[in-house]
Amino acid sequence: MQRYSLLSLLRHGLNRHTTWAPAWRSPPLRERYDVIVIGAGGHGLATAYYLTKEHGITDIAVLESGWLGGGNIARNTVTIRSNYMRDASIPFYVKSVALYEQMTRELNFNTMHSRRGMIDVIQTWGMMRDRRRRQHIMDLHGSTYEQITTAELRRRIPALTGGGAEARLPILGGFIHPEAAVNRHDAVAWAYARAIDAMGGEIHQQTPVTQLMRGPDGRIAGVVTPRGVIRAPKVAVAVSGHTTTLTETAGLRLPLRTMNLTAFVSEPVQPLIDVIVNCPDAGFYLSQSDKGELVIGGAPDPGQSFRRDIKQTVFEDTVSAMLSLFPAFKGLKMLRQWGGHLDIAHDASPIQDETDVPGLFVTAGWWGGYKAIPAGGLTLAHLVATGRPHPLMAPFSIKRFRHLDYVMESGTTTAR
Amino acid sequence: MMLIPCPFCGPRTESEFAYGGPVRPPRPDPATTAEADWVGWLTEVPNPLGPVEERWCHLRGCGSWLTLWRDTRTHAIVGGPQDAE
Amino acid sequence: MQNDRLAKGGRIDRTRPLRFTFNGRAYTGFAGDTLASALLANGVRLTARSFKYHRPRGIVGAGVEEPATMVELLGADASGNRPVTTVELREGLAARSVNCWPSPAVDLGAVAQLAARFIPAGFYYKTFKWPNWHLYEPSIRKAAGLAAAPKSPPVGGRYETRFAHADLLVAGAGPSGLMAALFAGRAGLRVMIADEGIEPGGALLSRRLSIGGRPALDWVAETVAELEAMGNVTLLRRATVWAYREHDYLLVTERAPDRTGLLERTWRVRAGHVITATGAIERGLVFGNNDRPGVMLASAVQSYVNRYGVAPGRRAVIFANNTSAYTVAADLAAAGIEVAAIIDSRSDVPAEARAAVPGLPIRAGYVVTTAHGGRSLRGVTVAPRDGGEAERLDCDLLAVSGGWNPAVHLFSQSRGTLRYDDSLASFLPGDAAQSTCAAGAAAGAMELEAALASGAAAGASVAGVMPPDTPTAPDLAYAVTPLWRVESARGKCFLDLQNDVTVEDVHLALREGYATVEHVKRYTTGGMGLDQGKTGNINITGTVALAQGVPMQAVGTTTFRAPYTPVSFGAVGGLRDGPLALPYRHTPLTAWNIAQGAVMYEAGARWRRPGYFPRPGEAMQDAIDREARAVREGVGVYDGSPLGTFEIKGRDAARFLDHIYTTVMSTLAPGAGRYGLMLSDDGLIFDDGVCFRLDAQRWIVSSSTGNADAVHRHMEMLLQTDLPDWSVFVTPVTAQWANATICGPKAREVLADLGTDIDLSPEAFPFMSLRDGMVAGLPARIVRVSFTGELSFEINVAPRHLPALWDRIMAAGAPHGILPVGSEANHVLRVEKGFLSLGHEVDGTVDPYDLGMGWAMSRKKPDYIGKRAVEIRRATGKMRHELVGIIPEPDVQIPEGAPLTPGGHRQASEGFVTACVKSVAQDRWVGLALVDDGHARHGEMAHVRLKGGKVIAVRITRPCHYDPDGERLRS
Repeated sequence: MQRYSLLSLLRHGLNRHTTWAPAWRSPPLRERYDVIVIGAGGHGLATAYYLTKEHGITDIAVLESGWLGGGNIARNTVTIRSNYMRDASIPFYVKSVALYEQMTRELNFNTMHSRRGMIDVIQTWGMMRDRRRRQHIMDLHGSTYEQITTAELRRRIPALTGGGAEARLPILGGFIHPEAAVNRHDAVAWAYARAIDAMGGEIHQQTPVTQLMRGPDGRIAGVVTPRGVIRAPKVAVAVSGHTTTLTETAGLRLPLRTMNLTAFVSEPVQPLIDVIVNCPDAGFYLSQSDKGELVIGGAPDPGQSFRRDIKQTVFEDTVSAMLSLFPAFKGLKMLRQWGGHLDIAHDASPIQDETDVPGLFVTAGWWGGYKAIPAGGLTLAHLVATGRPHPLMAPFSIKRFRHLDYVMESGTTTAR
Repeated sequence: MMLIPCPFCGPRTESEFAYGGPVRPPRPDPATTAEADWVGWLTEVPNPLGPVEERWCHLRGCGSWLTLWRDTRTHAIVGGPQDAE
Repeated sequence: MQNDRLAKGGRIDRTRPLRFTFNGRAYTGFAGDTLASALLANGVRLTARSFKYHRPRGIVGAGVEEPATMVELLGADASGNRPVTTVELREGLAARSVNCWPSPAVDLGAVAQLAARFIPAGFYYKTFKWPNWHLYEPSIRKAAGLAAAPKSPPVGGRYETRFAHADLLVAGAGPSGLMAALFAGRAGLRVMIADEGIEPGGALLSRRLSIGGRPALDWVAETVAELEAMGNVTLLRRATVWAYREHDYLLVTERAPDRTGLLERTWRVRAGHVITATGAIERGLVFGNNDRPGVMLASAVQSYVNRYGVAPGRRAVIFANNTSAYTVAADLAAAGIEVAAIIDSRSDVPAEARAAVPGLPIRAGYVVTTAHGGRSLRGVTVAPRDGGEAERLDCDLLAVSGGWNPAVHLFSQSRGTLRYDDSLASFLPGDAAQSTCAAGAAAGAMELEAALASGAAAGASVAGVMPPDTPTAPDLAYAVTPLWRVESARGKCFLDLQNDVTVEDVHLALREGYATVEHVKRYTTGGMGLDQGKTGNINITGTVALAQGVPMQAVGTTTFRAPYTPVSFGAVGGLRDGPLALPYRHTPLTAWNIAQGAVMYEAGARWRRPGYFPRPGEAMQDAIDREARAVREGVGVYDGSPLGTFEIKGRDAARFLDHIYTTVMSTLAPGAGRYGLMLSDDGLIFDDGVCFRLDAQRWIVSSSTGNADAVHRHMEMLLQTDLPDWSVFVTPVTAQWANATICGPKAREVLADLGTDIDLSPEAFPFMSLRDGMVAGLPARIVRVSFTGELSFEINVAPRHLPALWDRIMAAGAPHGILPVGSEANHVLRVEKGFLSLGHEVDGTVDPYDLGMGWAMSRKKPDYIGKRAVEIRRATGKMRHELVGIIPEPDVQIPEGAPLTPGGHRQASEGFVTACVKSVAQDRWVGLALVDDGHARHGEMAHVRLKGGKVIAVRITRPCHYDPDGERLRS
């Protein structure tokens, strides 16, 4: 792998940058692999990476229907955090945050990890109770939540001028989660792809899987694509939003439904807010990108949707919520908006398991799964390689539904 | 924002409605239904890439619950499961 | 001095001079100018610095496509990042360049140019890794971000939103849009036509054309007059159609509508049909230093000359690959501006085009390889395209035309397909996904007569009438041969001026494997600026196609996303602001509560309720203690009106209640009531409530306050969809009955003193029963329920009677020391009793057994909602959190939500504290908790572990700290 550094940048600069090698190859597609990973989004790429790095499996094909990094990893709001409420969830996200923090150096690719912290703006006593509850249980697992006063909150976010004593929902206080970070989503996808390629794995873009194939013994046997049949004894499905579309071709039903979630950005403006601001009572969150755009998200649309669009009602809800706390943004302009679809499990927690089809693995239900990418890949690789669930993901087995033994992260935020 | 046909009020804008989820098969008889089937009925809702049957309530209108088929790829309201747009 | 203002012409009002400042210097323009045209008239050429390299930049376009010069408006309506070409000039306007300091002429950031060689596309992915990015971030961020965000809401007014319904929405009031609206309007359709410009006319405003033998703008004026006279037509100016959603729902934002105090109005339009008559956008050409101030789009040059009476230069060179630029050359010559040469990359120039520019020198088969000059253009080098001797031409203006892109944004947003058209060398609308069609240049009808015909046909088609004849309108035939970049160029060749993306950047991206157009966009940031690549994206696609040797269609476009042009958040939020955004629900006692000095806040479901009633100088805890003590020892009264209340009637009402509650309700006698839990299908507690039977077929059912709407929806959905044969009617009556609940040992005396015809003796009126009668002279319904554990009478009256009843209660209770009780004291009282609270103990994860309420799960009933799910879950015997009481030892407060861990060690929790209050009955802190296997652990010690490591020992008890046998509430 060609090393990236300031020095190499200068050296290649002298050659007018004509000497940079491709970050990944386009190898010919073979008929058989040890493992097929469907989906070159965050979770698929991370899984392939850890299959090689942790388990020495190199005969891997990552199949991508479009372009690599073009799924939800291209559509999310890059919020990385671990402020969850359950013993089952927190250690997993703590691990994921830690893996993100070392990613730039581990993969020799600047993912622009910016550990800037997240501040929750609390406007109801119910939410205050919820956050206080998290504060103590997070501490058990090494994640941090500190309560701050309204004055401190306003000092940290000077642009937040709404929510005063006379407001409909006055600000009661805040919580800061210092580990929270943002980074560059494209860089994460590209960094993984480059590393996978360097270690011998293959990424095949424009290779949609149309059908999962089972053998006479019922096990997974491979996949069908327009480029031909590809065989593998193990297939991992990491195709947020389209999980059921694929698994149904293997005769499998899963407790998932596909929803659309919207995000939008403002015009780029000078540095204004240097933390992630999460306003669970109002119903939105935002952070400012290095380009200066405010990246804003809200609640998912009602109803199942594969349309990747914007529901005007939900969008207006999110904007008015934002203006209630940031009234100066009335004059700020929206530059771009988009939707992404994701699947949500029946209990709203992720599912990562081998399915009833032996050899077929799924990682799904990642509602807000960007923050889970590194740990989700680590744990899925462990499961695929060893056949045993990784301890961090054990509670998220699909078998939990057989006994309606849900993992419920109730009262979570819009940013979850 | 969709235009939803209310059987009583005619076509009305989506913001007058509340979403009620996809239509599941009728509730099975607990006395005669195996546990796995009950769990399947409860947790595995239809999630088609195409028309889905679902419920909406004309909350800010006549209060009726109505059932319609909607294509999840386009939001087009269609006649039934075969009417993929 | 407006030295570059032409002596005559233009749609400006020379009798109305306007003074303005730019970067601190004073200038004068005319009414009708944009800031861009006024600056050009004043000879200002250097107007900006570029984003990454801080290269000098000028004005490039004349409309929303402007990629180079963004300005920040100062003063009362401060706002940033406005394309200079879209700012209407007005008296006193003050603006400055973004992206440079201290000025475009002396820009310290320009040192970036020195390092340009080492900061290619994506350089930041390869460096700034050590020690971590966050260290570099502040300085990187400072360099980005263009203008500052507004510091306060616009002072000048407000925003609003409006619904509109139209048979036809026409986006764009250029020739084709006007034509479409005209014929649809004449046919009687409800038409809305919206145009982003100050006045209708579109491209005609910038050109010298005729329609039907008369000046085209006369036709525009007549058509506009006819449209405005039609009652069924709405013509909007300064109104951008910026989003095309599903079901033909579009958003149109009108700037500065003609109403005092209104800044912007957003129309939410539901259209029967949509015609996108959005015109076309000219694209630039890609050659060396193609970003120098003085290099402008040819159509913009034409616009400045014809529409604004401005000479953007004195000696011009035209560089084009198509015929449209010949009309620009002709207009320049007509305005007395020297045209040094027309450089045409095609070797065959159509004779018609040659004829349009008699006497002007044409160099066919030539290209501009590089532009000269720094802060202003001084000349260009031209050379034969296929190689040959280069030559330098002096000029101060280069008008470039790379051809035209139909503005397919809205059509694409509607999910219509796009197809690449080889003869037009651009993407055109393909198959429509909604009731959409494109017309005019947006559909590829590039000449005026074709555009008029296209618009007329579209309008007539929607109206269902025959397409009318359209007038003659001579125009130069459009012909283009694509030139995606000049291959012999020298110097930086910009594809995206705004984000400083060059051909080399795209080649680097391709070389490194970023091979799809989406990867190229993301790696180079091309097309991601404020202009969203309106002029540059197609050249990026072309550069990729050339490098990969594939057709344009195979490369494709990136997604066209809303909004078409940036839209202010204020215009999206509209009227949903301040008190309108989230209105409170009030009970009839709000005014009284406030007058008493109650601390009021939202306590769920938008109800504004009193938390507690402090006396002057009294601490919150003391006030809560006082109120709770009054209930335990004397009497208190609270306003229970927000409690969800439903009247349920019908032949199957009892059967229905048996179906939705865990307990058996059908056996109740009239006048009697019972507590019940409502489960979800998943067997988890969704709500709790009390059902009272009024007679054989009528019931009064209460739900928790926060869930009232959800419970109503749940009941209606069941009845209307799952159980359509059941004869049950549900009427929400929360707002029909207000209530005052008198509670405490003296409650009966106070009620008796009020005067009632109801026998209040415990025998005649026992706990969990209901009586109708008169109270204090008012018709009332009294319910004996208790949420406090004390003797309670819930007196329900019509809301208009509540204030009177309340006054009477306070008077009758005064001798007993009655106090109003807020929600905080109510919380203390219910925790003492172990009564459930939504959001505390009932957090969506518990079933009745978890709460020790297995008794509420009827075994007699074969089926009810949630029963089977509870059985399935409990069959595994897995340990669950169970509700217990806790007594902290020593007597300290425990924060609500604190976890319990085995031995207080730092490890996974075994439960958490749901509530902890200062008990007035026990005079110590008591609480409730959900703990693993809690029911078996009564009497044991457990440990709460707080953040930071503090451990508090607690004794586990049954979840009731007061009157466990319920003698007092039954008394």
